Amino acid sequence: MEQDHTVVAKTNGPVIMTKNATKEPKLIQWILISIVLLFLTLFLVVPLIAIFVKAFEKGADAYLAAIAHPDSLAAIKLTLIVVLITVPLNAVFGVVAAWTITKYDFRGKNFLITLIDLPFSVSPVIAGLIFVLLFGLHGALGTVLQSLGLKVIFSIPGIVIASIFITFPFIARELIPLMQSQGTSEEEASLTLGAGGFKTFWYVTLPNIKWGLLYGVILCNARTIGEFGAVSVVSGHIRGMTNTMPLHIEILYNEYQFSAAFAVASMMSIFAIITLIIKSIIEWKTDFKSTKAS
Amino acid sequence: MTIMTEGKRKNKRTIPGFGLTMGFTLMYLTIIVLIPLSMVFLNTFSMGLPEFWSTITEPRVIASYKLSFMTALTAAFVNAVFGVLIAWVLTRYSFPGKRIIDGLVDLPFALPTAVAGITLTTLYSPNGWIGQFFSFKIAFTPVGIIIALIFIGLPFVVRMVQPVLENIEKGMEEASASLGANRMQTFIKIIFPELIPAILTGFALSFARALGEYGSVVFIAGNMPFKTEISPLIIMTKLEQYDYEGATAVAAVMLVITFLILFTINVLQWWTGKRYSGK
Repeated sequence: MEQDHTVVAKTNGPVIMTKNATKEPKLIQWILISIVLLFLTLFLVVPLIAIFVKAFEKGADAYLAAIAHPDSLAAIKLTLIVVLITVPLNAVFGVVAAWTITKYDFRGKNFLITLIDLPFSVSPVIAGLIFVLLFGLHGALGTVLQSLGLKVIFSIPGIVIASIFITFPFIARELIPLMQSQGTSEEEASLTLGAGGFKTFWYVTLPNIKWGLLYGVILCNARTIGEFGAVSVVSGHIRGMTNTMPLHIEILYNEYQFSAAFAVASMMSIFAIITLIIKSIIEWKTDFKSTKAS
Repeated sequence: MTIMTEGKRKNKRTIPGFGLTMGFTLMYLTIIVLIPLSMVFLNTFSMGLPEFWSTITEPRVIASYKLSFMTALTAAFVNAVFGVLIAWVLTRYSFPGKRIIDGLVDLPFALPTAVAGITLTTLYSPNGWIGQFFSFKIAFTPVGIIIALIFIGLPFVVRMVQPVLENIEKGMEEASASLGANRMQTFIKIIFPELIPAILTGFALSFARALGEYGSVVFIAGNMPFKTEISPLIIMTKLEQYDYEGATAVAAVMLVITFLILFTINVLQWWTGKRYSGK
């Protein structure tokens, strides 16, 4: 090891050596870069390419037919409905929760953050199970719901509420560190100047957090669209009615309609790629980076 | 961060709306998360200890715990090692396409798990693009489960370690080098200790996610009882057989393990916060 040092000193001269003291030799750099690229190619790039190759295996006509199939269209429509309810609700909650946590001082703040984070770590299958236990026929509220003629489990409300649970922390989690770093001085200035609480939020806080909010919404959106385990438990897999896109993929795959399964999967992959692009643009634009892997 | 908290304390509750926003937050949290989650424990308590115990100690259930635990642990370990390497290469070196690679790391968060599941199964099946190069079976074995879990948990350690690496002061590394340490010594003695809390947090998050993962695993596992049946699948199977009590009992055990992991993460973050409170 000592010898390596002298070799560097001899070839590059003392001035460059001080520059290189905090860098690895070029060879090591390229070996490490190659390992990373190989690993990521194997785990990320190859699967991504495979989705599209498999989707078009039987030609463009089969691809279009798979997507235009009534069951596929129904799945796309249902997924959209679920997203349109879930994401706005969790966005409102995320903003309010982040505001509460960062703009006020109170006891048990860290405990509250832990509770908000809880759904991140709960298995999706358990997330589905708890709503079956609550709203199912033999569940705690089952008889009440039945007497009211409401059906939650094996129908759309169940899918929506399970999705809300799964993506519950996403937006709050992105906003809390951002709003914490911004502090409360701007809001206080606005209030001193006579603006009300809501006006202050709308004209001062919201413009400050808009990129962070968009970032959280994008992640929440992606997860809602792709949620499988929780939705699988509560949906009942009724074709054309309670099948979301991921569940539809599962059915097609289990029926050995591989090309059709990958056609629907490729649509979802395009959406995932768009999500990543928007996310990267926000990161470059604002220097904002998710502080917690969600 | 310390300065900020002090500032906030001085101006305690000058901003209106505490009651309203706190009330809304707690109400939403209670309705969506706390009441539903408490159902698992309420139902467990009502089923009686002997029945609970016999359910969670069924050989098939025990086998699933073991499998879930071992595969999640292995995947989280692989992700920790490669996560540090990926974070290092992305923060320290420059190479063509680096920004695209950086964005691509989050693909497992954006791609639906079912899509990941069917794709990995197709790739790693005995005649798949990757599977054909191996003399042993990957898909439909525990190795396949580990592959899926590595994919799912890939971004966690990278995204935890990256910001820490970006914030390490160059001065410390320079000091270390000028005192005669070589690059390897500097990394082991100066850089690595700074990364430990972030690595452990990322590892714990990746492990927790892998333990509960269902969508990607269910396709590649093959779901053979005693061999490739993970715990979330046991819950699913019991539900499909209308064995709600059995499903709840298995879920309760998994939830307790999850809470323990969460507790560990919190302790780690408290530790990180203490170490880097000046940041």
